[in-house]
Amino acid sequence: MSFENINFSKEELARYNRHIIIPEFGLEAQQKLKASKVLVIGSGGLGSPVLLYLAAAGVGTIGIVDFDVVDDSNLQRQVLFGINEIGKPKVEAAKRRLESLNPHVKFNIYNTHLNSQNALDIIKDYDVIADGTDNFPTRYLVNDASVLLNKPNVYASIFQFEGQVSVFNYTDKNGETGPNYRDLYPVPPPPGLVPSCAEGGVLGVLPGIIGSLQALEVIKIITGVGETLSGRFFIFDALNFETRTFNIKRRDDNPINGKNPTIKELIDYEQFCGMKAVEEKPIREITVRELYDWQVVGKKFQLIDVREPHEHNIVSIGGKLIPLATVVNNADKIDKDIDVVVLCKSGVRSRKAIRELEEKFGYKNLYNLKGGIIAYIDEVQPELTKY
Amino acid sequence: MATVIIPTPLRKFTNNTARLEVKAGNIHDTIRELTTNFPDLKKHLLNEKGEVRSFVNIFIGNDDIRNLQQEKTAVKEDTVISIIPAIAGGSPDQP
Repeated sequence: MSFENINFSKEELARYNRHIIIPEFGLEAQQKLKASKVLVIGSGGLGSPVLLYLAAAGVGTIGIVDFDVVDDSNLQRQVLFGINEIGKPKVEAAKRRLESLNPHVKFNIYNTHLNSQNALDIIKDYDVIADGTDNFPTRYLVNDASVLLNKPNVYASIFQFEGQVSVFNYTDKNGETGPNYRDLYPVPPPPGLVPSCAEGGVLGVLPGIIGSLQALEVIKIITGVGETLSGRFFIFDALNFETRTFNIKRRDDNPINGKNPTIKELIDYEQFCGMKAVEEKPIREITVRELYDWQVVGKKFQLIDVREPHEHNIVSIGGKLIPLATVVNNADKIDKDIDVVVLCKSGVRSRKAIRELEEKFGYKNLYNLKGGIIAYIDEVQPELTKY
Repeated sequence: MATVIIPTPLRKFTNNTARLEVKAGNIHDTIRELTTNFPDLKKHLLNEKGEVRSFVNIFIGNDDIRNLQQEKTAVKEDTVISIIPAIAGGSPDQP
Protein backbone atom coordinates (compact mmCIF):
# COMPACT_ATOMS: atom_id res chain seq x y z
CA MET A 1 0.00 0.00 0.00
CA SER A 2 1.86 3.08 -1.18
CA PHE A 3 0.55 6.36 0.14
CA GLU A 4 3.30 8.92 -0.49
CA ASN A 5 1.80 10.06 -3.79
CA ILE A 6 -1.70 10.49 -2.43
CA ASN A 7 -2.94 14.05 -2.83
CA PHE A 8 -5.99 15.81 -1.47
CA SER A 9 -8.24 18.43 -3.00
CA LYS A 10 -9.05 21.59 -1.06
CA GLU A 11 -12.44 20.11 -0.16
CA GLU A 12 -10.87 16.96 1.15
CA LEU A 13 -8.33 18.84 3.26
CA ALA A 14 -11.16 20.83 4.82
CA ARG A 15 -13.19 17.68 5.41
CA TYR A 16 -10.36 15.77 7.08
CA ASN A 17 -8.95 18.74 8.99
CA ARG A 18 -9.83 17.34 12.44
CA HIS A 19 -7.87 14.19 11.65
CA ILE A 20 -4.89 15.95 10.15
CA ILE A 21 -4.38 18.29 13.12
CA ILE A 22 -4.05 15.38 15.60
CA PRO A 23 -0.26 15.22 16.11
CA GLU A 24 -0.13 11.37 16.21
CA PHE A 25 -2.31 11.11 13.10
CA GLY A 26 -1.46 13.91 10.72
CA LEU A 27 -1.51 14.08 6.94
CA GLU A 28 0.37 10.80 6.59
CA ALA A 29 -2.33 8.75 8.35
CA GLN A 30 -4.97 10.48 6.22
CA GLN A 31 -2.99 9.58 3.09
CA LYS A 32 -2.84 5.97 4.24
CA LEU A 33 -6.61 5.94 4.71
CA LYS A 34 -7.17 7.28 1.21
CA ALA A 35 -4.74 4.73 -0.26
CA SER A 36 -6.45 1.83 1.52
CA LYS A 37 -9.12 -0.64 0.46
CA VAL A 38 -11.42 -2.10 3.10
CA LEU A 39 -13.98 -4.86 2.58
CA VAL A 40 -16.98 -4.81 4.93
CA ILE A 41 -18.82 -8.12 4.99
CA GLY A 42 -22.42 -7.64 6.10
CA SER A 43 -24.06 -4.21 6.01
CA GLY A 44 -26.46 -4.81 8.91
CA GLY A 45 -26.21 -3.92 12.57
CA LEU A 46 -22.42 -3.95 12.74
CA GLY A 47 -21.80 -3.02 9.11
CA SER A 48 -23.86 0.18 9.43
CA PRO A 49 -21.58 2.00 11.90
CA VAL A 50 -18.46 0.46 10.37
CA LEU A 51 -19.40 1.74 6.91
CA LEU A 52 -20.55 5.15 8.10
CA TYR A 53 -17.36 5.81 10.07
CA LEU A 54 -14.97 4.39 7.46
CA ALA A 55 -16.61 6.41 4.71
CA ALA A 56 -16.63 9.54 6.86
CA ALA A 57 -12.99 8.96 7.83
CA GLY A 58 -11.91 8.90 4.18
CA VAL A 59 -10.98 5.29 3.45
CA GLY A 60 -10.25 5.42 -0.29
CA THR A 61 -12.06 2.29 -1.45
CA ILE A 62 -14.78 0.45 0.44
CA GLY A 63 -16.25 -2.88 -0.67
CA ILE A 64 -19.63 -3.94 0.71
CA VAL A 65 -20.87 -7.55 0.63
CA ASP A 66 -24.50 -8.31 1.46
CA PHE A 67 -27.18 -10.40 -0.23
CA ASP A 68 -30.13 -9.08 1.74
CA VAL A 69 -32.79 -6.45 1.18
CA VAL A 70 -33.77 -3.80 3.72
CA ASP A 71 -36.63 -4.88 5.97
CA ASP A 72 -38.56 -2.67 8.40
CA SER A 73 -37.34 -4.85 11.29
CA ASN A 74 -33.75 -3.79 10.41
CA LEU A 75 -34.28 -0.11 11.14
CA GLN A 76 -34.12 -0.54 14.95
CA ARG A 77 -30.33 -0.92 14.63
CA GLN A 78 -29.19 -0.67 11.01
CA VAL A 79 -28.74 3.08 10.99
CA LEU A 80 -27.53 3.16 7.38
CA PHE A 81 -31.08 2.73 6.15
CA GLY A 82 -34.34 4.65 6.26
CA ILE A 83 -37.96 3.86 5.44
CA ASN A 84 -37.45 4.78 1.78
CA GLU A 85 -35.02 1.88 1.34
CA ILE A 86 -37.34 -0.88 2.59
CA GLY A 87 -37.38 -3.71 0.05
CA LYS A 88 -34.25 -2.49 -1.75
CA PRO A 89 -30.95 -4.39 -1.83
CA LYS A 90 -28.86 -3.36 1.17
CA VAL A 91 -25.66 -2.87 -0.81
CA GLU A 92 -27.36 -0.40 -3.16
CA ALA A 93 -29.08 1.47 -0.36
CA ALA A 94 -25.80 1.58 1.58
CA LYS A 95 -23.86 2.90 -1.41
CA ARG A 96 -26.37 5.70 -1.99
CA ARG A 97 -26.31 6.75 1.67
CA LEU A 98 -22.51 6.61 1.90
CA GLU A 99 -21.95 8.49 -1.36
CA SER A 100 -24.05 11.31 0.00
CA LEU A 101 -21.89 11.25 3.13
CA ASN A 102 -18.54 11.28 1.32
CA PRO A 103 -18.27 11.61 -2.48
CA HIS A 104 -14.48 11.19 -2.31
CA VAL A 105 -14.78 7.46 -1.54
CA LYS A 106 -15.04 4.72 -4.18
CA PHE A 107 -17.58 2.00 -3.36
CA ASN A 108 -17.62 -1.52 -4.80
CA ILE A 109 -20.78 -3.47 -4.06
CA TYR A 110 -21.30 -7.24 -4.07
CA ASN A 111 -24.99 -8.14 -3.91
CA THR A 112 -24.28 -11.78 -3.14
CA HIS A 113 -23.83 -14.44 -0.47
CA LEU A 114 -20.15 -14.76 0.35
CA ASN A 115 -19.29 -18.43 -0.21
CA SER A 116 -16.32 -20.73 -0.77
CA GLN A 117 -16.52 -20.16 -4.52
CA ASN A 118 -16.40 -16.34 -4.54
CA ALA A 119 -14.72 -15.39 -1.24
CA LEU A 120 -11.06 -15.45 -2.30
CA ASP A 121 -11.84 -13.58 -5.48
CA ILE A 122 -13.71 -10.81 -3.65
CA ILE A 123 -11.35 -10.53 -0.68
CA LYS A 124 -8.04 -10.62 -2.58
CA ASP A 125 -8.17 -6.99 -3.74
CA TYR A 126 -8.59 -5.51 -0.24
CA ASP A 127 -6.10 -4.57 2.48
CA VAL A 128 -8.31 -5.06 5.53
CA ILE A 129 -11.46 -7.13 6.10
CA ALA A 130 -14.20 -6.18 8.59
CA ASP A 131 -16.42 -9.13 9.44
CA GLY A 132 -19.91 -8.18 10.61
CA THR A 133 -21.78 -11.28 9.49
CA ASP A 134 -24.38 -13.11 11.53
CA ASN A 135 -23.69 -16.84 11.28
CA PHE A 136 -20.96 -19.36 12.05
CA PRO A 137 -20.34 -20.74 8.53
CA THR A 138 -19.56 -17.24 7.20
CA ARG A 139 -17.42 -16.45 10.27
CA TYR A 140 -15.18 -19.44 9.55
CA LEU A 141 -15.22 -18.73 5.82
CA VAL A 142 -14.09 -15.13 6.32
CA ASN A 143 -11.45 -16.26 8.81
CA ASP A 144 -9.99 -18.92 6.57
CA ALA A 145 -10.05 -16.76 3.46
CA SER A 146 -8.30 -13.95 5.37
CA VAL A 147 -5.61 -16.34 6.61
CA LEU A 148 -5.10 -17.90 3.16
CA LEU A 149 -4.77 -14.44 1.60
CA ASN A 150 -2.80 -13.02 4.54
CA LYS A 151 -5.23 -10.18 5.29
CA PRO A 152 -6.02 -8.75 8.73
CA ASN A 153 -9.60 -9.51 9.75
CA VAL A 154 -11.30 -7.15 12.18
CA TYR A 155 -13.85 -9.28 13.95
CA ALA A 156 -16.94 -8.19 15.86
CA SER A 157 -19.94 -10.16 17.03
CA ILE A 158 -23.00 -9.40 19.12
CA PHE A 159 -25.75 -11.27 20.87
CA GLN A 160 -28.51 -9.69 22.93
CA PHE A 161 -26.50 -7.51 25.34
CA GLU A 162 -23.02 -8.88 24.73
CA GLY A 163 -20.40 -7.83 22.18
CA GLN A 164 -17.02 -9.25 21.19
CA VAL A 165 -14.22 -7.56 19.22
CA SER A 166 -10.77 -8.69 18.13
CA VAL A 167 -8.23 -8.26 15.36
CA PHE A 168 -7.32 -11.56 13.73
CA ASN A 169 -4.43 -12.56 11.51
CA TYR A 170 -2.67 -9.23 11.93
CA THR A 171 0.99 -9.14 10.99
CA ASP A 172 2.85 -6.52 13.03
CA LYS A 173 5.89 -4.41 12.15
CA ASN A 174 8.21 -7.26 13.15
CA GLY A 175 6.49 -9.70 10.79
CA GLU A 176 4.79 -11.58 13.66
CA THR A 177 1.27 -12.73 12.81
CA GLY A 178 -1.28 -12.78 15.64
CA PRO A 179 -4.01 -15.32 16.39
CA ASN A 180 -7.10 -15.87 14.26
CA TYR A 181 -10.67 -17.01 14.95
CA ARG A 182 -9.70 -20.68 14.89
CA ASP A 183 -7.17 -20.09 17.69
CA LEU A 184 -9.98 -18.69 19.79
CA TYR A 185 -12.77 -21.07 18.77
CA PRO A 186 -11.38 -24.15 16.97
CA VAL A 187 -14.81 -25.52 16.06
CA PRO A 188 -18.27 -24.00 15.89
CA PRO A 189 -21.11 -25.03 18.21
CA PRO A 190 -23.39 -27.68 16.72
CA PRO A 191 -26.61 -26.15 15.39
CA GLY A 192 -29.25 -25.72 18.04
CA LEU A 193 -26.94 -25.70 21.04
CA VAL A 194 -26.16 -22.01 21.21
CA PRO A 195 -29.22 -19.93 21.93
CA SER A 196 -30.86 -19.43 18.57
CA CYS A 197 -32.19 -16.26 17.03
CA ALA A 198 -35.60 -17.41 18.24
CA GLU A 199 -34.56 -16.74 21.81
CA GLY A 200 -32.13 -14.05 20.71
CA GLY A 201 -32.51 -10.56 19.46
CA VAL A 202 -30.19 -7.65 20.12
CA LEU A 203 -30.44 -4.26 21.75
CA GLY A 204 -30.27 -1.83 18.81
CA VAL A 205 -27.58 0.42 20.23
CA LEU A 206 -25.19 -2.48 20.95
CA PRO A 207 -24.06 -3.03 17.33
CA GLY A 208 -23.62 0.77 17.18
CA ILE A 209 -21.11 0.57 20.02
CA ILE A 210 -19.36 -2.62 18.91
CA GLY A 211 -19.34 -1.68 15.20
CA SER A 212 -17.75 1.67 16.08
CA LEU A 213 -14.97 -0.19 17.92
CA GLN A 214 -14.56 -2.34 14.82
CA ALA A 215 -14.19 0.78 12.64
CA LEU A 216 -11.62 2.11 15.12
CA GLU A 217 -9.50 -1.03 14.78
CA VAL A 218 -9.71 -0.89 10.97
CA ILE A 219 -8.44 2.69 11.04
CA LYS A 220 -5.61 1.79 13.45
CA ILE A 221 -4.48 -1.11 11.25
CA ILE A 222 -4.42 1.07 8.14
CA THR A 223 -2.67 4.04 9.71
CA GLY A 224 -0.36 2.19 12.10
CA VAL A 225 -1.48 4.59 14.84
CA GLY A 226 -1.75 3.04 18.32
CA GLU A 227 -1.86 -0.63 19.36
CA THR A 228 -4.41 -2.88 17.71
CA LEU A 229 -6.46 -5.54 19.49
CA SER A 230 -4.36 -8.28 17.88
CA GLY A 231 -3.68 -10.95 20.50
CA ARG A 232 -6.46 -9.58 22.65
CA PHE A 233 -10.15 -10.35 22.81
CA PHE A 234 -12.51 -7.62 24.00
CA ILE A 235 -15.88 -8.31 25.61
CA PHE A 236 -18.58 -5.77 26.41
CA ASP A 237 -21.51 -6.67 28.64
CA ALA A 238 -23.99 -3.86 28.08
CA LEU A 239 -26.33 -5.03 30.86
CA ASN A 240 -23.80 -4.61 33.66
CA PHE A 241 -21.62 -2.15 31.76
CA GLU A 242 -18.57 -4.31 32.17
CA THR A 243 -15.70 -4.61 29.76
CA ARG A 244 -13.01 -7.27 29.84
CA THR A 245 -10.00 -7.73 27.59
CA PHE A 246 -8.49 -11.20 27.48
CA ASN A 247 -5.13 -12.31 26.13
CA ILE A 248 -5.28 -14.82 23.29
CA LYS A 249 -2.47 -16.67 21.57
CA ARG A 250 -1.80 -18.65 18.42
CA ARG A 251 -2.12 -22.38 18.88
CA ASP A 252 0.06 -25.11 17.40
CA ASP A 253 -3.02 -27.20 16.59
CA ASN A 254 -4.74 -24.48 14.55
CA PRO A 255 -5.81 -26.38 11.40
CA ILE A 256 -5.21 -23.46 9.04
CA ASN A 257 -1.91 -21.98 10.20
CA GLY A 258 -0.68 -24.04 13.16
CA LYS A 259 2.28 -26.44 13.11
CA ASN A 260 0.64 -28.97 10.77
CA PRO A 261 -2.06 -27.18 8.82
CA THR A 262 -4.69 -29.44 7.29
CA ILE A 263 -6.78 -26.74 5.64
CA LYS A 264 -5.04 -25.54 2.48
CA GLU A 265 -8.07 -24.18 0.65
CA LEU A 266 -11.60 -23.08 1.48
CA ILE A 267 -13.89 -25.90 2.58
CA ASP A 268 -17.65 -26.44 2.71
CA TYR A 269 -18.51 -24.27 5.73
CA GLU A 270 -22.18 -25.26 5.94
CA GLN A 271 -21.07 -28.84 6.33
CA PHE A 272 -18.27 -27.88 8.74
CA CYS A 273 -20.82 -26.16 10.95
CA GLY A 274 -23.11 -29.17 10.85
CA MET A 275 -25.84 -27.41 8.92
CA LYS A 276 -26.12 -29.94 6.10
CA ALA A 277 -26.40 -32.99 8.31
CA VAL A 278 -29.40 -31.41 9.97
CA GLU A 279 -31.05 -30.72 6.66
CA GLU A 280 -30.64 -34.23 5.28
CA LYS A 281 -33.86 -35.73 6.56
CA PRO A 282 -36.76 -33.95 4.89
CA ILE A 283 -39.55 -32.45 6.94
CA ARG A 284 -43.14 -32.57 5.74
CA GLU A 285 -44.40 -29.16 4.75
CA ILE A 286 -47.72 -27.53 4.09
CA THR A 287 -48.22 -24.26 2.22
CA VAL A 288 -50.35 -21.47 3.62
CA ARG A 289 -52.87 -22.08 0.80
CA GLU A 290 -53.18 -25.73 1.80
CA LEU A 291 -53.66 -24.72 5.43
CA TYR A 292 -56.35 -22.29 4.37
CA ASP A 293 -58.06 -25.07 2.39
CA TRP A 294 -57.96 -27.31 5.45
CA GLN A 295 -59.58 -24.54 7.47
CA VAL A 296 -62.25 -23.89 4.83
CA VAL A 297 -63.28 -27.53 4.47
CA GLY A 298 -63.23 -27.99 8.27
CA LYS A 299 -60.58 -30.70 8.29
CA LYS A 300 -59.70 -31.95 11.77
CA PHE A 301 -56.15 -30.94 12.65
CA GLN A 302 -54.19 -29.29 15.45
CA LEU A 303 -52.32 -25.99 15.01
CA ILE A 304 -49.25 -25.38 17.20
CA ASP A 305 -47.61 -21.95 17.36
CA VAL A 306 -43.98 -22.15 18.59
CA ARG A 307 -43.30 -18.42 18.66
CA GLU A 308 -42.72 -16.40 21.84
CA PRO A 309 -45.70 -14.96 23.80
CA HIS A 310 -44.86 -11.36 22.84
CA GLU A 311 -45.02 -12.28 19.16
CA HIS A 312 -48.30 -14.08 19.72
CA ASN A 313 -49.65 -10.88 21.30
CA ILE A 314 -48.81 -8.94 18.12
CA VAL A 315 -50.62 -11.32 15.79
CA SER A 316 -51.97 -14.85 15.86
CA ILE A 317 -53.90 -17.11 13.51
CA GLY A 318 -55.14 -19.32 16.32
CA GLY A 319 -53.58 -22.52 17.51
CA LYS A 320 -51.95 -23.50 20.76
CA LEU A 321 -48.96 -21.37 21.86
CA ILE A 322 -46.00 -23.53 22.90
CA PRO A 323 -42.73 -21.55 22.48
CA LEU A 324 -39.92 -23.53 20.85
CA ALA A 325 -37.83 -23.79 24.04
CA THR A 326 -40.74 -25.45 25.87
CA VAL A 327 -41.92 -27.81 23.13
CA VAL A 328 -40.24 -30.93 24.51
CA ASN A 329 -41.67 -30.41 27.98
CA ASN A 330 -45.14 -29.85 26.54
CA ALA A 331 -45.13 -32.74 24.09
CA ASP A 332 -48.11 -34.28 25.92
CA LYS A 333 -50.23 -31.38 24.60
CA ILE A 334 -49.38 -32.16 20.98
CA ASP A 335 -51.71 -34.62 19.27
CA LYS A 336 -50.30 -37.86 17.87
CA ASP A 337 -53.43 -39.11 16.13
CA ILE A 338 -54.49 -36.24 13.88
CA ASP A 339 -52.42 -34.05 11.54
CA VAL A 340 -50.57 -31.27 13.36
CA VAL A 341 -49.40 -28.07 11.66
CA VAL A 342 -46.52 -26.29 13.41
CA LEU A 343 -45.93 -22.61 12.70
CA CYS A 344 -43.62 -19.77 13.69
CA LYS A 345 -42.76 -16.42 12.12
CA SER A 346 -41.12 -17.66 8.93
CA GLY A 347 -40.83 -21.44 9.26
CA VAL A 348 -37.36 -21.87 10.78
CA ARG A 349 -38.24 -22.40 14.44
CA SER A 350 -41.17 -24.64 13.55
CA ARG A 351 -38.76 -26.90 11.60
CA LYS A 352 -36.59 -27.16 14.71
CA ALA A 353 -39.61 -27.99 16.85
CA ILE A 354 -40.69 -30.73 14.41
CA ARG A 355 -37.17 -32.12 14.27
CA GLU A 356 -36.98 -32.32 18.07
CA LEU A 357 -40.42 -33.85 18.46
CA GLU A 358 -39.73 -36.45 15.75
CA GLU A 359 -36.37 -37.39 17.21
CA LYS A 360 -37.43 -37.52 20.85
CA PHE A 361 -40.99 -38.83 20.62
CA GLY A 362 -41.27 -40.37 17.16
CA TYR A 363 -44.03 -38.09 15.86
CA LYS A 364 -45.06 -38.89 12.27
CA ASN A 365 -47.97 -36.47 11.84
CA LEU A 366 -46.26 -33.07 11.96
CA TYR A 367 -46.34 -30.53 9.12
CA ASN A 368 -44.23 -27.38 8.93
CA LEU A 369 -46.11 -24.28 7.79
CA LYS A 370 -43.94 -23.06 4.92
CA GLY A 371 -43.09 -19.36 5.25
CA GLY A 372 -44.75 -19.18 8.67
CA ILE A 373 -47.33 -16.69 9.83
CA ILE A 374 -45.81 -14.01 7.59
CA ALA A 375 -46.60 -16.04 4.46
CA TYR A 376 -50.10 -16.71 5.82
CA ILE A 377 -50.69 -12.98 6.32
CA ASP A 378 -49.28 -12.17 2.86
CA GLU A 379 -51.37 -14.73 1.01
CA VAL A 380 -54.47 -15.38 3.10
CA GLN A 381 -55.16 -12.58 5.58
CA PRO A 382 -53.34 -9.38 4.49
CA GLU A 383 -55.43 -7.34 6.98
CA LEU A 384 -53.50 -8.86 9.91
CA THR A 385 -50.51 -7.10 11.49
CA LYS A 386 -47.07 -8.07 10.18
CA TYR A 387 -43.98 -7.66 12.30
CA MET B 1 -14.61 -17.53 47.22
CA ALA B 2 -13.80 -17.25 43.53
CA THR B 3 -16.24 -15.50 41.21
CA VAL B 4 -17.58 -16.86 37.93
CA ILE B 5 -19.01 -14.39 35.41
CA ILE B 6 -21.80 -16.01 33.41
CA PRO B 7 -22.24 -14.65 29.84
CA THR B 8 -25.64 -13.21 28.94
CA PRO B 9 -26.65 -16.14 26.64
CA LEU B 10 -26.26 -18.61 29.54
CA ARG B 11 -27.83 -16.53 32.30
CA LYS B 12 -31.24 -18.01 31.66
CA PHE B 13 -29.82 -21.25 33.05
CA THR B 14 -28.54 -19.55 36.25
CA ASN B 15 -31.75 -17.81 37.30
CA ASN B 16 -30.49 -14.71 35.50
CA THR B 17 -27.53 -14.42 37.85
CA ALA B 18 -24.49 -12.80 36.25
CA ARG B 19 -21.95 -13.55 38.98
CA LEU B 20 -21.71 -16.76 40.96
CA GLU B 21 -19.39 -17.60 43.81
CA VAL B 22 -17.70 -21.00 43.88
CA LYS B 23 -15.73 -22.86 46.53
CA ALA B 24 -13.80 -25.06 44.09
CA GLY B 25 -10.00 -25.08 44.02
CA ASN B 26 -9.53 -25.54 40.27
CA ILE B 27 -11.38 -25.08 36.99
CA HIS B 28 -12.48 -28.70 36.72
CA ASP B 29 -14.19 -28.56 40.10
CA THR B 30 -15.59 -25.09 39.36
CA ILE B 31 -17.41 -26.43 36.30
CA ARG B 32 -18.72 -29.42 38.29
CA GLU B 33 -19.94 -27.11 41.04
CA LEU B 34 -21.75 -24.93 38.49
CA THR B 35 -23.36 -27.83 36.65
CA THR B 36 -24.45 -29.44 39.92
CA ASN B 37 -26.09 -26.24 41.11
CA PHE B 38 -27.49 -25.40 37.67
CA PRO B 39 -27.99 -28.70 35.78
CA ASP B 40 -29.26 -26.96 32.62
CA LEU B 41 -25.81 -25.41 32.16
CA LYS B 42 -24.23 -28.81 31.70
CA LYS B 43 -24.94 -29.45 28.04
CA HIS B 44 -23.79 -25.94 27.17
CA LEU B 45 -20.44 -26.26 28.95
CA LEU B 46 -19.49 -29.94 28.66
CA ASN B 47 -19.54 -32.45 25.82
CA GLU B 48 -20.70 -36.06 26.09
CA LYS B 49 -17.28 -37.06 27.44
CA GLY B 50 -17.50 -34.46 30.19
CA GLU B 51 -14.87 -32.18 28.61
CA VAL B 52 -15.27 -28.43 28.28
CA ARG B 53 -16.77 -27.78 24.86
CA SER B 54 -14.36 -26.34 22.33
CA PHE B 55 -16.64 -23.40 21.49
CA VAL B 56 -16.65 -22.33 25.13
CA ASN B 57 -13.59 -20.47 26.34
CA ILE B 58 -12.71 -20.12 29.98
CA PHE B 59 -10.48 -17.34 31.18
CA ILE B 60 -8.91 -16.85 34.57
CA GLY B 61 -8.33 -13.18 35.06
CA ASN B 62 -7.26 -12.15 31.56
CA ASP B 63 -5.78 -15.47 30.48
CA ASP B 64 -7.14 -18.44 28.57
CA ILE B 65 -6.93 -21.64 30.64
CA ARG B 66 -5.70 -23.43 27.49
CA ASN B 67 -2.51 -21.38 27.87
CA LEU B 68 -2.31 -22.25 31.60
CA GLN B 69 -2.91 -25.72 33.09
CA GLN B 70 -6.23 -26.24 31.29
CA GLU B 71 -8.87 -27.60 33.67
CA LYS B 72 -6.26 -28.19 36.36
CA THR B 73 -5.61 -24.45 36.57
CA ALA B 74 -5.86 -23.43 40.22
CA VAL B 75 -8.62 -21.12 41.40
CA LYS B 76 -7.90 -18.83 44.35
CA GLU B 77 -10.13 -16.81 46.65
CA ASP B 78 -9.93 -13.66 44.52
CA THR B 79 -9.91 -15.36 41.10
CA VAL B 80 -12.38 -14.08 38.54
CA ILE B 81 -13.36 -16.73 36.01
CA SER B 82 -15.04 -15.74 32.74
CA ILE B 83 -16.96 -18.14 30.52
CA ILE B 84 -17.08 -16.87 26.93
CA PRO B 85 -19.03 -18.94 24.37
CA ALA B 86 -18.79 -18.30 20.63
CA ILE B 87 -21.47 -15.95 19.35
CA ALA B 88 -21.97 -15.28 15.68
CA GLY B 89 -24.46 -12.45 15.52
CA GLY B 90 -23.93 -9.34 13.50
CA SER B 91 -27.50 -8.53 12.83
CA PRO B 92 -29.75 -11.36 13.92
CA ASP B 93 -33.30 -11.33 12.66
CA GLN B 94 -35.89 -13.56 14.19
CA PRO B 95 -36.53 -16.24 11.59
